[in-house]
This record gives sequence, structure tokens and C-alpha cells, in this order.
Amino acid sequence: MMPRQPTRFLCTVPIPTDCVSDLADERKRSLWIPKTFLDSGEVFLHSGGIRMHLDTCLAQIGNNKQDVTGAISTPIYHSTTYRHPRLGESTGFDYTRTKNPTRQTLEDAIATLECGVRGFAYGSGMAAIAGVLGLFGQGDHLLVSHDLYGGTYRLLEQILPRQGITTTFVNTEDLTEVAAARQENTRAIFIETPTNPTMRITDLREVIGWAKGHALITIVDNTFMTPYLQRPLTLGADVVVHSATKYLGGHNDVLAGVAVAREEELAERIYFLQNSIGATLGPQDAWLLMRGMKTLALRMERHQQNAQALAEWLDGHPLVKKVYYPGLAAHRGREVHISQAEGYGGMLSFELVSERLVEPLLRHLDLIAFAESLGGVESLITYPARQTHFDVPEEIRNSLGVTDSLLRLSVGIEHDRDLIEDLARAFEASEREIAEQEGELV
Amino acid sequence: MKENQELSFATRLLHTGNEIDRTTGASAVPIYQASTFHQEDVDQAQPYEYARSGNPTREALERTIATLEGGTRGFAFASGMAAISTALLLFSAGDHLIATDDIYGGTFRILTTVLNRLGIETTFVDVTDLENIRAAIRPNTKGLLLETPSNPLLQITDLAGAAKLAKEHGLLTIVDNTFQTPYLQRPLDHGIDVVVHSATKFLGGHSDVVAGLAVTKDQALGQRLKQLQNSFGAVLGPQDCFLLQRGIKTLKVRMDASCDGAELVARWLANRAEVAKVYYPGLAAHKGHGVHLEQSSRSGAVLSFDLGTEEQAKRLMRAVKLPLVAVSLGGVESILSYPATMSHSGMPKEERHKRGISDGLLRLSVGLEDPEDIIADLEQALQNG
Repeated sequence: MMPRQPTRFLCTVPIPTDCVSDLADERKRSLWIPKTFLDSGEVFLHSGGIRMHLDTCLAQIGNNKQDVTGAISTPIYHSTTYRHPRLGESTGFDYTRTKNPTRQTLEDAIATLECGVRGFAYGSGMAAIAGVLGLFGQGDHLLVSHDLYGGTYRLLEQILPRQGITTTFVNTEDLTEVAAARQENTRAIFIETPTNPTMRITDLREVIGWAKGHALITIVDNTFMTPYLQRPLTLGADVVVHSATKYLGGHNDVLAGVAVAREEELAERIYFLQNSIGATLGPQDAWLLMRGMKTLALRMERHQQNAQALAEWLDGHPLVKKVYYPGLAAHRGREVHISQAEGYGGMLSFELVSERLVEPLLRHLDLIAFAESLGGVESLITYPARQTHFDVPEEIRNSLGVTDSLLRLSVGIEHDRDLIEDLARAFEASEREIAEQEGELV
Repeated sequence: MKENQELSFATRLLHTGNEIDRTTGASAVPIYQASTFHQEDVDQAQPYEYARSGNPTREALERTIATLEGGTRGFAFASGMAAISTALLLFSAGDHLIATDDIYGGTFRILTTVLNRLGIETTFVDVTDLENIRAAIRPNTKGLLLETPSNPLLQITDLAGAAKLAKEHGLLTIVDNTFQTPYLQRPLDHGIDVVVHSATKFLGGHSDVVAGLAVTKDQALGQRLKQLQNSFGAVLGPQDCFLLQRGIKTLKVRMDASCDGAELVARWLANRAEVAKVYYPGLAAHKGHGVHLEQSSRSGAVLSFDLGTEEQAKRLMRAVKLPLVAVSLGGVESILSYPATMSHSGMPKEERHKRGISDGLLRLSVGLEDPEDIIADLEQALQNG
């Protein structure tokens, strides 16, 4: 595999909280505000007082050199409670829901990687999203990207309205449409870019700039890109959320969510909610997640190499009507995407020429597993209409392009030729089967 | 063999029907550290699809707690507060709730700082007198939230009476059964709708896992809670599910030993001149003692005692050698807490004092140490502190 190329711009020079704890608040804040966007240069993060590339930062997660044992891997603290040295004194740890050393190592790492001030780990991606949306209350209104993850849609459509929080789903590709949907009581905008599953691109700089003008909180779900490829906080977003189950964990073996805030004040409010609601991530899972994150850079490089190869192959296949992948020259929003991200990621969707192909194709795939979720080392194929977007009404789904013949592919890190052969075989077998039963397909 | 519900509790703890892995016969349910599950057939729903909606390790635990509480459906959450928060989301804007006035500080915090913002209002009343509940009911009252014994004053509420009153007014009843566990008390048997637990405490029992559980009996209510659990996603991870399941196996023997210890310590404290008051349902003088023993088989392992002043309380905490001075309870180790700054720090001082949670109050969760050693330690601390 090719080593990672120097990235296009120096996005920011973030310094983790522990390095700046002795600085005045004002100065601390200014350090975190994105400053320079140059034409050349590399992304540097500062962790533990050392300037390092993002890849290095990832590999070094949890390598706590101050620990008494010298263990390279951060220990799993299963303890729920902590002895107080004496009344009124605390080691900084009191109760695991409030703060746990293993979880904190993870939370610090994700905060550094996303260039925020503070990270938060939750029991799932939905718990992270629900935890952040806890910032809002009765009478508040939210603007949300319209073809977003079905679970977020369900929360916004079926549950939050009962608490008096309303949502307008808008096409965040188009700022005019976003601006038109703003109401007096709009408090925030929630963006996915690229969206799930049709990979629509939102111009983060433009939308965030507009949101700031109206004092709206901007929340970006960065699950598809990860901080390796896209760091929305450096573009001015207020909060980033992740289903860390996906690329951050990367092995389809841990369910987790994370959130990162750009500024202290909001971070404090999110922390209050995390502790009050208690949807925190357990220490074993926090440890597994850090273990996965150490290889994020390597995995993402391979994921997107493979995704590019598969997208190009699918694009030329007669049984495929349309391929959604930002790495394809014809993909709408590609230029915007690459101005705010450093790669195209490992997710693609494709629409088949006929819905009849869906069932046999899924059955004939040997290597690519038919399962929900994404972002793991193994390739997974999903049928959004029946799985991730099942809760979205059919007419809305169709208008978003999430049709009954759309499949989403999370491209793994297998050899790309093997993945293409698996798809080619399954396409052939499906076409033959349908032809035998019903005559000509196309 | 007898039907599961006819077996004694000690046996049911170990033979819930979920103790053996169906595929391999393994004596412990394996830790399925999988986030997703391969789907054999696009048109055929499978039991497991995505770990947030269902994971075999979590499901074994959820079935276990449902069986033990005498419910039909169990739910595992990332913490006790996650279980309570999710259950409270059964309510909507405009709804009004009635809650025990000396409720756990974390529950108080979510009711008064988060749910209020969502348009859900709570009135706190002394629920030991059912007439207070009746008087607080409004046209929009939808729920009743109880702890019995309460935390930290161990006040007793008549569960069957409260459930009956709630049903007359169409209220949903939620009982936090953390202190008693299903071994000692099963609120669903008394007509309560939802039981919640901080499973971090006696169910886990080892101070090594933070977890929450909820159980329902009614199928439709179970379905609504399932939708909320899946939608909010505050689920418990499989490693923690495994640890909790492992802890539950010894629940009876641990509770027996801790109750024995708590009874001895409570009686001893009640006879000490330095102690202004002891709160423990097992003492005949404790208000509600009779009601408690009608609905619960024993008096539990948590007691509180008032040393009169903040200064005395702090002195004792400095002088004790055996108990952990820490938040939490229900572990194998005895844990001494100071409610004013720990479990009830989420409650404003005047609210705390109004509820009788004074500055001299200490809460002791009696662990598995020899009760004589705990008493000897308290004695030296009272003398030397």
C-alpha cells in the first residue's frame, strides 16, 4: 500500500486540554479556533505536548507513559467506584458513569483527533446522537439533512416530537432550501456529509457560516469519513458525532458512539447530559474501540482504494443503473467534498436496473456478507429500504433515491479483485436465474 | 422437573433457561462481541440483525432479569440512569409525574433539569402516605415513580396500595427495585408496571460493572420500551452483560450474608449514644416496618444513620478502616457514603434538608465482611473519630 500522501492543507493546530490547562480561558479558546488554511502542508495534532501526524496520534492512543506499570496498552478499569483519599478529596475519579480512566483515555483521543476540546463516549452511536440532542427542549426546532441514517430519522420523527422538539428535513446540499426552512425557534442544524446512503454532499463551510449567522448549533455526523478524512470542527462545526461501531472501531465487534465538542461551554453542557442520562460506554468496549482506532489510518486508505475500484467497476456494469460514490468524476458535489475532506471513504451505493435482482444477488454473494452496519474490515452489503431506512416512509425514501433496488456496500479491506469477482459471479448467477424463470431481464 | 416459576429463587438464579449456550452447550453464555449479524435471506427476519437492537449475550441477561422479576420482558442499559431515563421517555410533553420525595439524587436531577425542559413536570411527595399521592394527582398526571425502601432514608411505600391507586387514575407505575433486588421484593407481583434497577449495585454485586435493567410484564408496554431502548441506543455492551450475568448467579448468597450483617450492624448502631437515629426497615421502630415485611422477604443490606452534625459524620468517615468511603452500594465490600455530597449532590441543599437528608447522615451498604469486624471498626471510629 502507498504511504499516506501529505494532505492538502494545514487545517488547524489543536492542542489537547491537558497541555493548555494552565492557560487563561480566553487563550485556550483561541487555540482551538481554526485559523490557517494553506495550500500545502500536513495535518499536525498535538498530543501530550508532542507535535505529530494524525496517523501517529492514532497509533499512540492509550500509550500512557506516566502509568506506573509502563503498560503500552491502556488498562481496562472495571471498577465502578473509587476510594476517596478523605472527605472532600477525590482522585478525580468518583463513579464510573461520571468518569472512568479507560473511557477517558478514549474520550481524550477522539477529542484530539477531531480537533475539539472534549470527547464523550456512549453505549452506541444512537446514544451519542440522543445525548447531544438532549441539548434541546420543548418548543425547539431542528434542521436536519433529509437522507440521513434511518435510526436518527426514527428518533427525530417518532420520539422527539413527543418531547416538543420538531424537525424539518431539508436538502442540505442547497443552502437556499436550508435558509427557507429556518423558523423563529430553530436552534440547530444536523448534517451528514456524505449522506447515508446516497452520498449527497453538503458544503460545510457555507452551511456552518450561515448557521453561525443565525446562532444555530451545527452538529455533524462524521461516521462515514472519520477524523482521518474530514474534521468538521476545524470548519467551525460545534459538535461532531459518530457511530464508532463503524470505521473507528472497524472490526464489527464493538457497539459504541462518540461525540466531540469544539468549545468548553457546549462541552460542559454535553458532559452534564452524558452523566445525567448515563448512556456511557463500558470500559471493555472503550478499550476495544481504542484498539480499533490504532489502525484507522491504514484501514481507511485500503477501504477507499477498494471502494474506488469497485465504484468504477460497478459504474460500467450493465445491470447497474447508477453508482453513488463521491470518488466518481460524475458524482454531484465531488468538488465541494474534496475541498473539505481528504478522501472519498469506503462507502458506496448502487442502484440495480431491476428490483428483481436484489434477492438473488444478495443470495449469490459468497464473500460479501449481507448484514446491517458498515465500516468493518469485512465487506458488508445492506439493503437500505428493508434495513437501515426501514423506518422512513416509502414515498420519502423514493424521493431521496433510496429505492427498492438500491444496495449499499461497505467496502472492506479484502483484495479488491476478490470483491469484484464475488460481485461479478453473483450478478451472472442472478441474471441467469431470472432469465430462466421469467425471460429477458433488461 | 418442576416448572421454572415453581423452583425456589436460589435455583432459579442458576437455572433461568439462559444459562447454557444453545450452539455449543457451553456452561456460560458466550460474549458475542459482534456488532452485526449475517442475514441468510433478505425476506426472512432473523432474531439478530444489529447489536443495538439485539445481541445474544445481552438477550440472555434480559431474559434472566425478566424471569427473576416475574415479568415478560427485560432490557439492559449502559447504566441505572440510562434505564431510568429511557423508561421516563415513555412520557411526553404535557405529562405530569409524581415521585418519591427522597428519590435517588441522579433521578431527581434528570427529572428536574432534563425532563422539565421536555415539558414533563414532576411533583415530589411523601409517598409513604398514599393520600399524598392522591392529593397530587392532576388531570394530566401520567406516571408514579417510587423507590421502596427509598434512598437514603429507607422510607417504605405500600406497593400494592400505590399500584391500585395508580390504576384507578390510569397512571403508569415505575419502581426502582435496586435496594431490594428480585430476591427480596418483586414489585410486578404487586401490580407495578415497570421495574428499574441500577444493576451496578446488588445484581452485579462486585463494584466492577456499571449497568441498568428494566422489566415489564405487559406485552404492549414491553414493546414500547423496546422501541425506546433501540431508538435511544443506551444499551449495555456484551462484556458488561456477561459480567452482570456472572454476578447475578451469586445474588442470593450475597444478599443473605449482607442482610445478616446489616441487621446486626443496625441493631448495634441503634444502641449507641453517639447515633441520633438509625434508618433500617428491619428495626421494629422503623416507620413502615410492617408494610415492608408484607411486600419484601427481608430488610436489605443498606442502612443509614444520623450522627447529628456534619462534623461528626466527617470524623467517622476519616476514622473508619474497613468500608470504602465512596459512592455506590451493593458491592461485596462495605461502602460508606455521605449522601449530602455524594448520592444526593444533585439535589439543592434546602430540598435535601426538607426531605430529612441531614448533614449528619451517613449511608452504609453492608458487604460480605464478617459483621463483627464491621462493628468493631465502627466502634473504634466512633470512639477515636
